[in-house]
Amino acid sequence: MMNNAPGSPRPGPAPIPGQSPDPDTPAVHAENLTVVRGPRTVLRNLGFTVPRGQITGLLGPSGCGKSTLMRALVGTQAKVTGTLDVLGRPAGHPTLRTRIGYVTQAPSVYDDLTVRQNLDYFAAILDPGRPAADRRDADVTRAIADVDLTTHADALAGNLSGGQRNRVSLAVALLGSPELLVLDEPTVGLDPVLRRDLWNLFHDIATGRGATLLVSSHVMDEAERCHRLLLMRDGELLADDTPDVLRTRTGATTVEEAFLRLVDEAKAAARTKETTR
Amino acid sequence: MTTTATRPATPPRALSASRTTATAARVLRQLTHDPRTIALLILIPCVMLFLLRYVFDGSSRTFDGIGASLLGIFPLITMFLVTSIATLRERTSGTLERLLAMPLGKGDLIAGYALAFGTLAIIQSALATGLAVWFLDLDVTGSPWLLLLVALLDALLGTALGLFVSAFAASEFQAVQFMPAVIFPQLLLCGLFTPRDTMHPALEAVSDVLPMSYAVDGMNEVLRHTDMTATFVRDALIVAGCALLVLMLGAATLRRRTA
Repeated sequence: MMNNAPGSPRPGPAPIPGQSPDPDTPAVHAENLTVVRGPRTVLRNLGFTVPRGQITGLLGPSGCGKSTLMRALVGTQAKVTGTLDVLGRPAGHPTLRTRIGYVTQAPSVYDDLTVRQNLDYFAAILDPGRPAADRRDADVTRAIADVDLTTHADALAGNLSGGQRNRVSLAVALLGSPELLVLDEPTVGLDPVLRRDLWNLFHDIATGRGATLLVSSHVMDEAERCHRLLLMRDGELLADDTPDVLRTRTGATTVEEAFLRLVDEAKAAARTKETTR
Repeated sequence: MTTTATRPATPPRALSASRTTATAARVLRQLTHDPRTIALLILIPCVMLFLLRYVFDGSSRTFDGIGASLLGIFPLITMFLVTSIATLRERTSGTLERLLAMPLGKGDLIAGYALAFGTLAIIQSALATGLAVWFLDLDVTGSPWLLLLVALLDALLGTALGLFVSAFAASEFQAVQFMPAVIFPQLLLCGLFTPRDTMHPALEAVSDVLPMSYAVDGMNEVLRHTDMTATFVRDALIVAGCALLVLMLGAATLRRRTA
């Protein structure tokens, strides 16, 4: 039932839920990834791999380059050097545009359209043409239900609360069941109940629909809900591991503590490097 | 879990009819939630023409000349304003980035906007032309349909210019200031206030390369001649060509990758 990529070379048996539909290529593979914005180098020589069918958390303080990395992945960031492959293609490849769902930090929806009208439009861009109208309708209804906005489907997006607008933006990214979801701080400004519901949805999407999720956050307690973590600071990668391994390695009880210890280690290493110079 | 359609992996084309019409429908749908803007767009040209008619109450010849020119200038100005603000909002709200990360061609977006605002311009121009010709006794020798055609081309030119300058505006304040910067010089030089051949030769040369001059020229051709003259055809083609050129320049300002 799951989304085997159309045109994917692997005919084989139906993938087991929770397993990647195409295990040969990782969802994301980066090597020496560097991004320059104006005079600043925002990302410095990143190298990492994001496995398919899992939730990978991208964590770090605000301003550390999380959003830039996400923009590079979806192909909207200029001045990207190094290797960055997404779903087996170089990031920004035209065929990737239908296979990735992307949610920016600020809700990017039309305030002067209703929730359903917003989704109808984006669905028509992803899957155009009159013959697809029924499929689009079902898809839109499902996406609205996924983010729990069915009762608000006919409300103007501009009249919704900040958290609700965020969820409209998320619903747009869920349209068409993309293989990779890139979510930039999707739970900011949401109450605990909604946050739990959304994380349940994310797990559902990863295990039930076999999609890969890359979720950024600067709230460390969300890290515990991810399968893997990329910890970032100042445009560099501090760690790339599972929450469990991170905690054990640093002898910490929480991911937050582990992150702080890694930052201290990095600072100490930088100091010794400077003094030995 | 319900079975869902997977996104088709068809590579996006530069221009797709269904994506263009979906975009145009979306822009118009946004406007239907904003009835005040629609009312202003449609009523202001009519009110201005009405005003003008009685400002020149004693000299209907003057009203004929200025009224016909204004029928071409109104759509240009209003569409310029509406488009520059609308596309600026698209840029600043993040929806443009989202659309360009989707399989939407730049041409689809621009053609969609042109189609939506062109439709609006037809309604606006039809009402203004109808009012001027049938109720305010604007004396047109040629066919009112030709007036409408020029008005539509002007609206397209306005849409194109608005789209283009919105790329250089970082805020609504700046976008609105582009109106006097881009439109006023053309207004002064287009022959509305004084015939272009009586201007200083340098200014006349400048007015020769400004598209609004040809819009007003075309209107005056319809005003004075019963048939479609060669000059009219030339004027209409120049305005249409300029609109197309600026639309393409506008497409070049839409970048998928930004810093």
